[in-house]
Amino acid sequence: MLAHLPILQVIVPMMAAPLCLFLTRPRLVWLFALIVSGLAFLISCILLQQVMTSGAIIYELGGWDAPWGIEYRIDQLSAFLLLIISAVSTVVLFAAHTSIQKEIPVDRHTLFYILYLLSLAGMLGIVATGDAFNVFVFLEISSLSAYALIALGKDRRALWAAYQYLIMGTIGATFILIGIGLIYQMTGTLNMNDLSMRLPEVAHTRTVFTAFAFIIVGVCLKLALFPLHLWLPNAYAYAPSIITAFLAATATKVAIYLLIRFTFSVFGLSFSFTTLPLQILFVVLGLSGIFAASTAAIYQKNVKHLFAYSSIAQIGYMIVGFSVSTTTGLMATLLHLFNHALMKSALFLALAAVMYRIGGVQLSQFQGLGRQMPLTMAAIVIGGLSLIGVPLTVGFVSKWYLILAVIENGWWPVAVLILLGSLLAVVYVWRIVETAYFKPPLAGSEAIKEAPLSFLVPIWVLVIANIYFGIDTRLSIQVTQVAAQSLFGVGPP
Amino acid sequence: MNISLATMLQLSIILPILAALGIVATGRKPDLREGVTISTCLVLLYFTVNLYQGIKQGESINVQWWEILPGLQLSFNVEPLGMIFALIASFLWLITTVYSIGYMRSHQEQNQTRFYVCFSIAIGSVMGIAFADNLFTLFIFYETLTLSTYPLVTHAGTEEAKKGGRIYLGILLSTSIVFFMLAIISTWFVAGTLDFKPGGVFDSNVNTTVAGVILVLFIFGIGKAAIMPFHRWLPAAMVAPTPVSALLHAVAVVKAGVFTVLKVCVFIFGIDLLSVLPTTQFLLYLAGASVLLASLVAMRQDNLKARLAYSTVSQLGYVTIGALLATSSGVIASSMHIAMHAFGKITLFFCAGAILVAAHKSKISEMRGLGRQMPITMAAFFIASLSIIGVPPAGGTWSKWFLLMGTMEAEQWILMAVLMISSLLNIAYLLPIPFRAFFPGVETNSVNVGIKEAPLPSLIALCITTAACVVLFVYPQPLYELAKAILTTPGLTYGQ
Repeated sequence: MLAHLPILQVIVPMMAAPLCLFLTRPRLVWLFALIVSGLAFLISCILLQQVMTSGAIIYELGGWDAPWGIEYRIDQLSAFLLLIISAVSTVVLFAAHTSIQKEIPVDRHTLFYILYLLSLAGMLGIVATGDAFNVFVFLEISSLSAYALIALGKDRRALWAAYQYLIMGTIGATFILIGIGLIYQMTGTLNMNDLSMRLPEVAHTRTVFTAFAFIIVGVCLKLALFPLHLWLPNAYAYAPSIITAFLAATATKVAIYLLIRFTFSVFGLSFSFTTLPLQILFVVLGLSGIFAASTAAIYQKNVKHLFAYSSIAQIGYMIVGFSVSTTTGLMATLLHLFNHALMKSALFLALAAVMYRIGGVQLSQFQGLGRQMPLTMAAIVIGGLSLIGVPLTVGFVSKWYLILAVIENGWWPVAVLILLGSLLAVVYVWRIVETAYFKPPLAGSEAIKEAPLSFLVPIWVLVIANIYFGIDTRLSIQVTQVAAQSLFGVGPP
Repeated sequence: MNISLATMLQLSIILPILAALGIVATGRKPDLREGVTISTCLVLLYFTVNLYQGIKQGESINVQWWEILPGLQLSFNVEPLGMIFALIASFLWLITTVYSIGYMRSHQEQNQTRFYVCFSIAIGSVMGIAFADNLFTLFIFYETLTLSTYPLVTHAGTEEAKKGGRIYLGILLSTSIVFFMLAIISTWFVAGTLDFKPGGVFDSNVNTTVAGVILVLFIFGIGKAAIMPFHRWLPAAMVAPTPVSALLHAVAVVKAGVFTVLKVCVFIFGIDLLSVLPTTQFLLYLAGASVLLASLVAMRQDNLKARLAYSTVSQLGYVTIGALLATSSGVIASSMHIAMHAFGKITLFFCAGAILVAAHKSKISEMRGLGRQMPITMAAFFIASLSIIGVPPAGGTWSKWFLLMGTMEAEQWILMAVLMISSLLNIAYLLPIPFRAFFPGVETNSVNVGIKEAPLPSLIALCITTAACVVLFVYPQPLYELAKAILTTPGLTYGQ
């Protein structure tokens, strides 16, 4: 049983998705999806534990040997990502039943959970697999279900947002596919491990170079790197609130995982950072992303939009950490991956609660919420502080490592710019705080009550995680350190 | 009770934060709530006095909590400088609580529970700063202090309060995130440690340019020290209720700033390195300019609290100068001035609050002839002003004395002149207030209102702090001993 965990991690949610159809009552479907997601979380915990003690796990699908059969490969990096995805999915799903009552018609609830599980399975698959083509397959599974999920949004603009995401996402996926096709043509293999050994022989060819460029651009579209981020704000803003919380915390993280996987594991560090001027490219794009998106966030009227832009800015931080291409830099990126998932899921879940109570998340609707929904607003404040990077929250930990990595490399101006960028976060977070706490409640909104427990519990679980992992960093630091070191080929494989 | 000193050290940080919970729980019953606050104050004072006795007997008191990041630990240590700060803060917290009970009730302020809760957390943070054993721990509590005082600044909830809060948070948070944090990470990168060590953490062969830049980052980053041009938050914070201005913006928050400056100068750079850095001179002149300019601005303020705020900016410059002079007299002067200015300025703020509550006046121009109505308050104002100016019979004399000695030792003649001129300016903007109150000159509307002082708790509080100003003049030895011990004793222990 334990030996089959790598495949169970993916197959459990995938098989569970169609099973939802057999359950009649929405509440049952929800419970079922929750249990499945919880199982996935449990599996990922065991996997992480195994990987940390005894190194990477290789699982051959159907017993076929590696270059011919599909291989699942769980190393520290993928185990870490699996944990993030399944944990966030489970916590978010907890609030789903209440939240979609008001946002999605009852006859589509089952569909919602099916798509949710498929999307989850797709993301887990991308991370678990060791096969380049399999990556594409899972990418499509997760993306297609995500498009449909976004289109379920109550606002009619959700359709347009989903369509926009569909177009951009498909272009991205196609680029990745073209890239994979080209390297297959050159090496005759799709297994990542195999690829990494055969690619150096043909590294000088134009085809490999083209393949690399296609894959990088495709992945960057998926991870919404500035200026390829245009699909993201609307998709996040008009999707059902639960889906925003889920996708914001996981989808872009998976894309970052792909970026790291392809550059470090498949193409190799020396190839990736010498063929294309990746370092300078990513520093510049990352920093412009931080500034452009944070500034845009300041001017948003819809709070979901605001945090969506903030997500793009946060991706900028991860990309800067990546571009440093040292162990510390990569650690910063991985830490921020984890930490940002915690912050954004907490924040978007709190927005879901606001949506549930007042039916909208325009900034003007936040007036007086500090008194009416004190616990939800407190969660937003703490999440916001974490976003700014105040000590004792997770945001501080990742910022510390990022600055340290940048300074180690001697990039002083970049360090200053990163810190200046985080000031913009102060501005957009404080706009919400001031509206919620200093403006009198809107007329006719006296009846607004605190969010129900089915929201408060998951929100505060995430908020406490934001503080807990900001104080006790042993787990996150240890895992990211080992993962970063193994990607650089030092330390245990 | 038999509690070990190490436990007391931890409790002095945790207790005020726990008390915040108690205050929330008893929020509906004001008397009980104030009871919780007062008893916490008393216990905290008991702890700090015990800790003082402890280090006086040469015991080393330190506690390690856990590592937040590898190599960066939350740890605490009692050393003389922190002891001075902790003693002042815990003593004045007690006095301020007594004062604010009178003030808040007679002023019928809203949200009093939130007020006491934030106050309590702020004091816990101050204790954390005072006893921090490394920069990392200090930084964490420094930020907590900023955030916990924000609701106090915006207490009134008005548009003006919101604006004040914006400036307050904007400046303190941005300087600390951009400069302070960068300085800390750079120090970590260059020196490999953030522990406070006697003589500093940098190697003797450290690149002085780099260290000089880091020093500038520190001085700019510690926005709470209110060196111009990062001083605007302090006048902005004056929208807060007077007890907040008194304790936090004359004692706890600003003193946390200059305390941090002093701590960084003495225990991160060390005075030997500090004196050879290329940027020290520039920063000294900047602090000097801050002293003079703030005094000049203070003269033009008609709002009493605003005038006191600018006076604080100017006085904080003294402490920074003392630290940057990098001589032993300078360090003694700075640490003594932290105490002297605390008592003087809190008295002045108490008086301002008393005048507001009893006579409903906040403008200086309206205070002519007020001495008949509030003789005690105005007398206290006079004595406290003397302490700020630095003339006998008030405590400020001593710190100014050592500061002038420090400038002479370091042969900083320009700064010496700056300090002299500043004293004259102090006279010009402080003394006219009590003088005109007692001797209005022209006979103002001579409606004899009789004596109408502030509520009794407030009056008692301001009498105590005034008395303290005088006592510190007559009997400054304990303070001086502590201040001297900062530099002389190795290993951060003191006594014998």
